[in-house]
Amino acid sequence: MYEFTYHRPATVDEAIALLKSADDGKLLAGGHTLLPTMKQRLASPSDLIDLGGALATGIDVSNGCVTIGAGTCHADVATSSDVANAIPALAKLASMIGDPHVRNKGTIGGSIANNDPAADYPAACLGLGATIVTSAREIEADDFFTGMFDTALGDDEVITSVRFPVPAKAGYSKFPNPASRYAMVGVFVSSAKGGIRVAVTGAGPCVFRQGDMEAALEGDFASSAIAGVTQADGDLNSDIHASAEYRAHLVGVMARRAVDQATG
Amino acid sequence: MTDTGIGARVRRKEDKRFITGHGNYTDDINLARQTYAYFLRSPHAHATINSIDTAEAAKAPGVLGIFTGDDLAADSIGGLICGWLIHSKDGSPMNAGGHPALAQGKVRYVGNEVAVIVAETHAQAKSAAELVDVDYSVHDAAVDTGSAQASGAPQVHEEAPNNTVYEFGLGDEAATNAAFEGAAHVTELDIVNNRLIPNAMEPRAAIGAFDQGTDAYTLYTTSQNPHVARLVLSAFIGVAPEHKLRVVAPDVGGGFGSKIFIYAEETVCVWASKKIGRPIKWVAERSESFQCDAHGRDHVTNAKMALDKDGTMLGLRVKTIANMGAYLSTFSSAVPTYLYTTLLSGQYNIPAIYAEVDAVFTNTAPVDAYRGAGRPEACYVIERIVETAAREMGLDPADLRRKNFVTEFPHVTPVIMTYDAGDYHASIDKACEMIDYSGFGKRKAASEAAGKLRGLGFSAYIEACGIAPSAAVGSLGAGVGLWESAEVRVNPTGNVEVLTGSHSHGQGHETTFAQLVSDKLGIPVDQVEIVHGDTDKVQFGMGTYGSRSGAVGMSAVYQACDKVVAKAQKVAAHVMEAAEGDIEFKDGSFSVAGTDKSMAFGEVALTAYVAHNIPEGMEPGLKEGAFFDPSNFTFPAGCHICEVEVDPDTGVTQVVDWVAVDDFGTVINPMIVEGQVHGGIAQGVGQALTEGAVYDTESGQLLTGSYMDYCMPRAVDLPELRLAFTETTCPSNPLGIKGCGEAGAIAAPAALMNAVTDALGVADMPMPASPQNVWAALQGAKQAAE
Ligand SMILES: Cc1cc2nc3c(=O)[nH]c(=O)nc-3n(C[C@H](O)[C@H](O)[C@H](O)COP(=O)(O)OP(=O)(O)OC[C@H]3O[C@@H](n4cnc5c(N)ncnc54)[C@H](O)[C@@H]3O)c2cc1C
Repeated sequence: MYEFTYHRPATVDEAIALLKSADDGKLLAGGHTLLPTMKQRLASPSDLIDLGGALATGIDVSNGCVTIGAGTCHADVATSSDVANAIPALAKLASMIGDPHVRNKGTIGGSIANNDPAADYPAACLGLGATIVTSAREIEADDFFTGMFDTALGDDEVITSVRFPVPAKAGYSKFPNPASRYAMVGVFVSSAKGGIRVAVTGAGPCVFRQGDMEAALEGDFASSAIAGVTQADGDLNSDIHASAEYRAHLVGVMARRAVDQATG
Repeated sequence: MTDTGIGARVRRKEDKRFITGHGNYTDDINLARQTYAYFLRSPHAHATINSIDTAEAAKAPGVLGIFTGDDLAADSIGGLICGWLIHSKDGSPMNAGGHPALAQGKVRYVGNEVAVIVAETHAQAKSAAELVDVDYSVHDAAVDTGSAQASGAPQVHEEAPNNTVYEFGLGDEAATNAAFEGAAHVTELDIVNNRLIPNAMEPRAAIGAFDQGTDAYTLYTTSQNPHVARLVLSAFIGVAPEHKLRVVAPDVGGGFGSKIFIYAEETVCVWASKKIGRPIKWVAERSESFQCDAHGRDHVTNAKMALDKDGTMLGLRVKTIANMGAYLSTFSSAVPTYLYTTLLSGQYNIPAIYAEVDAVFTNTAPVDAYRGAGRPEACYVIERIVETAAREMGLDPADLRRKNFVTEFPHVTPVIMTYDAGDYHASIDKACEMIDYSGFGKRKAASEAAGKLRGLGFSAYIEACGIAPSAAVGSLGAGVGLWESAEVRVNPTGNVEVLTGSHSHGQGHETTFAQLVSDKLGIPVDQVEIVHGDTDKVQFGMGTYGSRSGAVGMSAVYQACDKVVAKAQKVAAHVMEAAEGDIEFKDGSFSVAGTDKSMAFGEVALTAYVAHNIPEGMEPGLKEGAFFDPSNFTFPAGCHICEVEVDPDTGVTQVVDWVAVDDFGTVINPMIVEGQVHGGIAQGVGQALTEGAVYDTESGQLLTGSYMDYCMPRAVDLPELRLAFTETTCPSNPLGIKGCGEAGAIAAPAALMNAVTDALGVADMPMPASPQNVWAALQGAKQAAE
């Protein structure tokens, strides 16, 4: 790790001011993505602005929405009875992230801001049609995840909370990478007033919606409805753990299992 | 009588300090004025070093010194060695190629040591390393095992044309050819034994310290064999004379072979400590462990077995290409030759065997012994081909094995081993009973009803352990003898210190060796202290690997105990005024037969040290040493059976049952032996189900360089392991011990892959049986059926 200056602001505004004045400042939430990168000397921020004292933590369920403070750790979401009652698939997803250390430090804000192509939360955001609330505005999930490790966030913008509308039914099925346990393929499905959503993470360079499956499920929200729908492998990731062809196959399997879970 | 003797489930004495964080590992040791080393490593798999400019780095904060291969050469420090000379079929010696501790002229794999930076802190050394300017001319890399010898392949060492280290052969080629000519059935398999990365929990580490007052060096290091390290560093590498070099291997957190070898880093730390005038510490980062610890396995093999029409084995022919990596590591040359081809007969009576092994250099990390070392590869070949032959011929795989088992001992195989004792029917029968072999069809049907594919696989393994008879290995090219030493020091108060040349790095010697002494001398284990791992304390010894510490190390302790008892008996006879022949030693007490006169062991010890009343001419004291050289290898053997369920939708394989019936001869502590079997199976399951080192075949970059990509087995990957023991006594050591440290890792991969291929209905598929590989095999089978 290289040397850096550490700050711990008390408010989000202060954090933004520090970010603006720093040479090459970085926000720090749970640190479970950022710190390993710094230790490997792949990142060398001049200033580290710890959001620990500034960000809202906690979960609120009201007006048909689950709102999670950006600083809330995965373990809190996984074990929240409010989340389990409102959107059980979301609690389940959080429980499948990493290991206990990761879940007790990593935050939803950090996960979404980082937008790792194999992360779990982006699937929930896109699969539920969440709204990402930032220091400056509200961004729909459909517009937020713009590419590999890339989001619609501006340079000095901080995620403050994420708002998930409660669906009628939802399910998440994850095929973990055998080594890292990140999602090699994860599919989040939901059925709500606004329609059907099928969001796929891990398979491509960025989380995406599977339109063919959404259309097939529109009339009949059952796994049998997508039995014949195939995922094209052209744009999918390929690595030592899974070829694009295998990932495409798993998208189908995981989608069916997610629907079974949602309807089961 | 103590209840802590041979056969007792004594809790491990060493665990208290390990579990409560009081272990003393190399990195726990900090010397006054200690400095830190960071190794600048090659980012290229294959390149010529045109120049190294250290000027900027030398000015960086905290930097005390920077050294390169030129500095080693200037001090006449020799290269790292390979201690086993293998000859090719044509009689020529192997083509070794030099292995300087810091690269000289060329780098040959990603991670190859280029320079060492010594600084006040580790962070300073690492930062300074970024300022060292190395000018490389990058060459194409030879990476793939199977094509390393192809014409036009990049050449790793000038000394080894076509990257060929040796072309080894063992067995009778003509007899084997003849066996195939008459055969009713020939089974052929092309199999790959995947490359593994050892992953001991404690990374390698070293502290080199030079004492100007005594002109002597001390090296603290993570070694399985500190005396061998000292011998190599002094006699071959020339860092310091043997009597001026102390090597200490304190608590060591796992080795699995990877800490046998004498590596560049400890060599450089000890040498440079004199140049810097201060102690130098180096601790591997985990990514360095992945890149630079010697890897294991990596064979590409074609095997053919000839059988007559009712399944009697007639002959076996094996051709293997073994990847040695970029340099020959300490024992690497022996692994695919004398530790591999010699076990290809398995548990079977095969009249003719011919095996050829080409060892090849590639631009990858050196490959050397890793838990099982050669024997897992041999077991994999023979047990996969036997299972395949049974399937092809429509024979029951258990019956085909039974039909061909060796049943008479001693049995000389066509590949120079003399099996001394065993009962292979007993272990397969017991294993079949435990797994309910006859009920498999029902279980398969039940799995099928649940949409799963079920398979069952055998592995009737044998290994050669207790390494090894010195003269025998000497005749095969070993540079050292493989006996073991012990000294048993009885203190005046009657408790005992045992100095052993064996080294414990997880095996529990402090418990099992104490149990042996407890049994022999009739004193409780807590009266026995096991001392190991320090060349200043312990007489020369050969260390721990090859499942040798029980069979060889303990046998030395056994002999030393016998000498102690013999002397004590004389003292007791003298004090009790009886004839020596009338003294009986039992349960820690010397008594005169037919009388009620007796002396406790401790009393006799005190008498020997006080020396007021000992036989005339006898030297005072009670301390005896022994060197034990076994008369043969030992041959642990047994039968593992596993069952798997495969999810055809995803390719996920779940191991649902595992039985292991092992014959280890005498068992000192069943709990510890079970632990060894559990760990061994877990490592074997790791190889077959999850692990595999992958290099980019073009660039030679290690793609599995962290736990993000290198998949270690986890607890969820294993079922409840069900173990049993059968016992035939080993005749080549006084305790009848065969050894248990490697068995699980040797047996497991074949059992698992036999089960997976059974479930999938395919002839072969590559290890590991990862979801992707299993799914691909299923797709292949589907296409073949269409
Ligand atoms: C061993 C291991 C296993 C893991 N397994 C999984 C897994 O299975 N699934 C999975 O999804 N993830 C996994 N993770 C990642 C984990 O969930 C991370 O914690 C998460 O991705 C990042 O969250 P963080 O709070 O740690 O963010 P940090 O590491 O602190 O920050 C990450 C990035 O986000 C930025 N950032 C943080 N908070 C905000 C904010 N409020 N507003 C704007 N930008 C912000 C930071 O500047 C930084 O660039 C794993 C991590 C580890 C170490």
